[in-house]
Amino acid sequence: MDILNILISDSFWAASLRIATPLIFGVLGALICERSGVLNLGIEGIFVAGAMAGWMAVWFGAGLWGGLLVAASVGALFGLLHAVLTVPLGLSQHVSGLGITMLATSVSYFAYRTALPNLSSPPRIEPFQPLDIPIISDIPFIGAVLSQQTAMTWLALFLVLLVWWVLERTPLGLAIRAVGDNPDAVDAQGLSVYALRIGAVMAGSALMALGGAFLTMSAFDSFFFGMVNGRGWIAIALVIFASWRPGKALLGALLFGAFDAFQVRLQTEVGAFVPSQIFLMAPYVLSIIALVIVARRAEYPRALLKPWFKGQR
Amino acid sequence: MVQGRIYPALFTMEKTSVLSLNNLSKRFGSVLANDAINLTLKQGEVLALLGENGAGKTTLMNMLFGHYVPDSGSIDVADETGKMHPLTLGHPQAALDAGIGMVHQHFTLAENLSSLDNILLGSESLFSWRHKRKKARKKITAIMQRTGLSAPLDEKIGQLSVGERQRVEILKALYHDAKILVLDEPTAVLTPNEADTLFENIAAMTREGLSVIFISHKLHEVLAFSQRIVVLRHGKLVGEIITADANERKIAQMMVGADTPATPRQAMPPGAPVLDLKSLTIKGENTRNSLYDADLCIHSHEIVGIAGVSGNGQSALARVISGLITPNSGSISMNGEKLTRFTPPAMLKAGVGRIPEDRHHDGIIGAMSVSENLIIERLSDSDVQTYGFLKQHNIATHAKELCAAYDVRGPGIESAVRLLSGGNIQKLILARVFESSPHLILANQPTRGLDLGAAGEVARRLLEARRDGAGILLISEDLDEVLALADRVFVIHNGHLTIAHNKDRTTIGLMMAGEKAC
Amino acid sequence: MLRIEPRESPSRWWTLGVPIASALLALLLAAIPLAFAGANIFEGYRQMAKGIFGSTFAFTEMLTRATPLIFTGLAVTLAFRAKLWNIGAEGQLYLGAMAAVIVGTGMIDAPPFILIPIILLAGASAGAVGMAGPAYLKTRFGADEVVTTLLLNFIILIFLQMMLEGPLKDPMGMGWPQSKPIVDDGILPQLLPRMRVHAGLIIALLAAVIAHIMLSKTVWGLKLRAVGENAAAALHAGIKVKRTIIGAAIVSGALAGLAGVGEVTGLRGYLTTDLSPGYGYTGIVVAMLAGLSPIGVVISALFIASIFVGADSMSRAMGVSSYLADLVVAMSLICVLVGGFVARYRITRTGKGDV
Repeated sequence: MDILNILISDSFWAASLRIATPLIFGVLGALICERSGVLNLGIEGIFVAGAMAGWMAVWFGAGLWGGLLVAASVGALFGLLHAVLTVPLGLSQHVSGLGITMLATSVSYFAYRTALPNLSSPPRIEPFQPLDIPIISDIPFIGAVLSQQTAMTWLALFLVLLVWWVLERTPLGLAIRAVGDNPDAVDAQGLSVYALRIGAVMAGSALMALGGAFLTMSAFDSFFFGMVNGRGWIAIALVIFASWRPGKALLGALLFGAFDAFQVRLQTEVGAFVPSQIFLMAPYVLSIIALVIVARRAEYPRALLKPWFKGQR
Repeated sequence: MVQGRIYPALFTMEKTSVLSLNNLSKRFGSVLANDAINLTLKQGEVLALLGENGAGKTTLMNMLFGHYVPDSGSIDVADETGKMHPLTLGHPQAALDAGIGMVHQHFTLAENLSSLDNILLGSESLFSWRHKRKKARKKITAIMQRTGLSAPLDEKIGQLSVGERQRVEILKALYHDAKILVLDEPTAVLTPNEADTLFENIAAMTREGLSVIFISHKLHEVLAFSQRIVVLRHGKLVGEIITADANERKIAQMMVGADTPATPRQAMPPGAPVLDLKSLTIKGENTRNSLYDADLCIHSHEIVGIAGVSGNGQSALARVISGLITPNSGSISMNGEKLTRFTPPAMLKAGVGRIPEDRHHDGIIGAMSVSENLIIERLSDSDVQTYGFLKQHNIATHAKELCAAYDVRGPGIESAVRLLSGGNIQKLILARVFESSPHLILANQPTRGLDLGAAGEVARRLLEARRDGAGILLISEDLDEVLALADRVFVIHNGHLTIAHNKDRTTIGLMMAGEKAC
Repeated sequence: MLRIEPRESPSRWWTLGVPIASALLALLLAAIPLAFAGANIFEGYRQMAKGIFGSTFAFTEMLTRATPLIFTGLAVTLAFRAKLWNIGAEGQLYLGAMAAVIVGTGMIDAPPFILIPIILLAGASAGAVGMAGPAYLKTRFGADEVVTTLLLNFIILIFLQMMLEGPLKDPMGMGWPQSKPIVDDGILPQLLPRMRVHAGLIIALLAAVIAHIMLSKTVWGLKLRAVGENAAAALHAGIKVKRTIIGAAIVSGALAGLAGVGEVTGLRGYLTTDLSPGYGYTGIVVAMLAGLSPIGVVISALFIASIFVGADSMSRAMGVSSYLADLVVAMSLICVLVGGFVARYRITRTGKGDV
């Protein structure tokens, strides 16, 4: 199999989309937070919490969609904590976010260990299955790629559209974009800066948690430690790469997924000559390179990282 | 500028009141910011609210808008039928709902959003599934036609000129059905031409039944465009006069209590050239930050004033002399020597003292102590350090001496600078600049935001430095300040420097608007 | 209306009291997860105390744990003071450890008083390079150092795996991915017989004192603080901002590198990929709890180490997951953040105006 063969195989593109899915959730979530002016470095921990909570809910019989609801709620809850610390209290968004990551990660691990002590092999659930939609699966090539995806990938694609619509086409999205650009403008119109930002961070965090839940409920069927493995941080880099736009975020996540899927396949080709770690490193190196390339041109939301207090102009 | 009273005060008496402030008082600590203020506004009236910095104008308007809760008193606003209702105090939303619109001095616009989006913001229910842009555009176009206010609706605010942004702010208020419009120092950022247009627009709006409160400290504008003038001093309403009966001298006396003493200033022959700019060109990302082919020579014993509306290249000029940017072409000489490096340390070494425009942003490090801020520009001097270790004792003694000499008051030399008042921070910066006896002093908006006392102190120090032989480049938006202090005046417009051959107000005003001097 | 405004001057009591109160509050909050785990809360605290103060060995174990935390805490402190968000102390720690292993496993043959300084220098340099890179990308290209240092942590750890399966692999290691042992002359001496606490602790304490002096008594430190508090004003005042940031990065990375050297040459004797249980990340908590003061770092490192050692011993005795320790550490970070807010601001009904 040569490189061209990899690129035209539907299994490669199906894998790309699968790898991209949690990132789509993560990038969208981070994007909503940052558009409102709040950096959420809690993302890595919220991924873990979403993965654990969603899986655990299913394990205890909540059903797959119930599990997603639980994951999203847990994410929103950690988002609320981050928002309270950084929005009305105006504390360092960097440090608070890292604190949320530590807290969410340790709570998840502790809860998992406490709820399921003394397990030698990780317990499994019945995860989301590929969704075979009759008309779509008949489309050549694309049908083959899409029919290998679960409902969660469809959900992620739908959310790209929804987030784009809300941000660009509705009064709520306008208010969120404005609060991330100049909170005084929002305040002058009698809207609550605090409510908008807290709401945006909670919604964004819920999406991040869904990204985590995808790992335990669709990509795999069990929860294990270290499974998020920096995906949250990669999402943070991708948001900058996507210049805070949902469409570009999808593109970035897909490119990233394609690269990752490609390197896995390349590894089987040349694995004998190159240490496997080179391939493992690639996604992180790629993220840094992407960041360096776009950094100068990046137009950050103007109020990002800047605390705002009511009545202080 | 059109001189003359367009609106006779005739009608104001017959019209109904739309707003009345009753006995409003507000105390901050030991300061009575507003003392039992009574004020009524009639329909279709332009009321000028006049007063020095710190007279209590902003406090009064902040109470009207619900940003502050008054200690006592009440506010009544008329509804559509003209019936007066008490306003819920302390709630901005209530003020907006009652039809009060405000255009702040610092615009509250989101720069990355279009004008239309900025106007729409907050006007619709947040949770509707899409904007009603077509309808909104129609309504805005109608308002534009009625009032003559115009602004490009689909451009991002960041791309617009200051005048256009202000019009967007006013359109925003009108779109939200404001019946009472408060304009806080609206002409501070405008050229005389733009200001004229603004007043024409205001005239059109008042014909539509809108009432306007117009905050200013520029006497001639107030005289030309208002129907009634109310003067605040030290938190008290000290005078109310129908514009037709007023003149500049009368209101000036009301504002300051007595005739303003002119700054004592002796004539002095200029000495040798200190700073010499030759065809200096800076190409910034836009005209605000550009300078084209500027020639400027400043001599010892001389103050050169740069007049102009902000955003016409002043910041490019200031930044290059501060060493923050490198010119694209042309040369800068200090004391006859051509400069080759354009960095802050190089400028300091050449003998340039810098009083920055934004003292909080560029002048001080708020979290660090007074004593550290006083030595921050000369960290390699041997009285400050040996082998990289700070001489703490010297630094403290030095700080005590300077604070005493320049009357910097605060909690102490080891406390953080941000705890000092604006005037004391500016005095600290003056102390730091003057201590090194610079050959050239760049004074960029040196009195902005200061009260009269502190501003007078700054002017006195600048004149003293001039007497002692420094050359001074004074950049100011306040034409009165430039005329009072400068020996020679240049006007900056769109990045071009032009000398004003005489210090005539009208000529300079026209030059500031970009018209060639005759 | 409620308003938030800064206190006139935060008093000494606040600056000292807040971290202590936050630490105690976090310890108290540990009761919640303990209760969830179905354990006897009071017995839990007793076991914890016993795990720290129960014996000389327990206490020295705590000191051993605190050693790398002092280094990473200092690394974070210096970087954060310059508003350089070094989240990469974990990776820099491993770089330092790798350099120690490269130099100290037979490449150089010298007596301890020469070899140990060489190893320390090598480790510090490696860590410094690890942070200088992101600082360069930040100052040259504007690439956010938070993201680059976070991602570098993963890259470095994978790189370490590659090295331990390749050039650095111990041929006598029976196939395990671990390095050759540090030669005897390169091992940091123990401070007490039969206890694991080693000379790294002395070096760490020394580093804290030096960091304190550098930060508050030198021009270098003044510049660093100036850049951190207001980079625009620092630039205007003639301070070379980029150079200062790179300088802070180098010192910060070097300190994190030393943490790795200490662990390898004082404790383990060889290098594996599980050398650090997240000391780099915990360093952030240590630094924040210390209010970004180098001397405070020593105290807060001792506290965090106590939590780890105490919770470890408790979990062994009572069968509660040892992730409890991470949980308490994370909670103390959140608590100190809120506490810092309470110390710096007050909430009043109305505020000062334009007078």
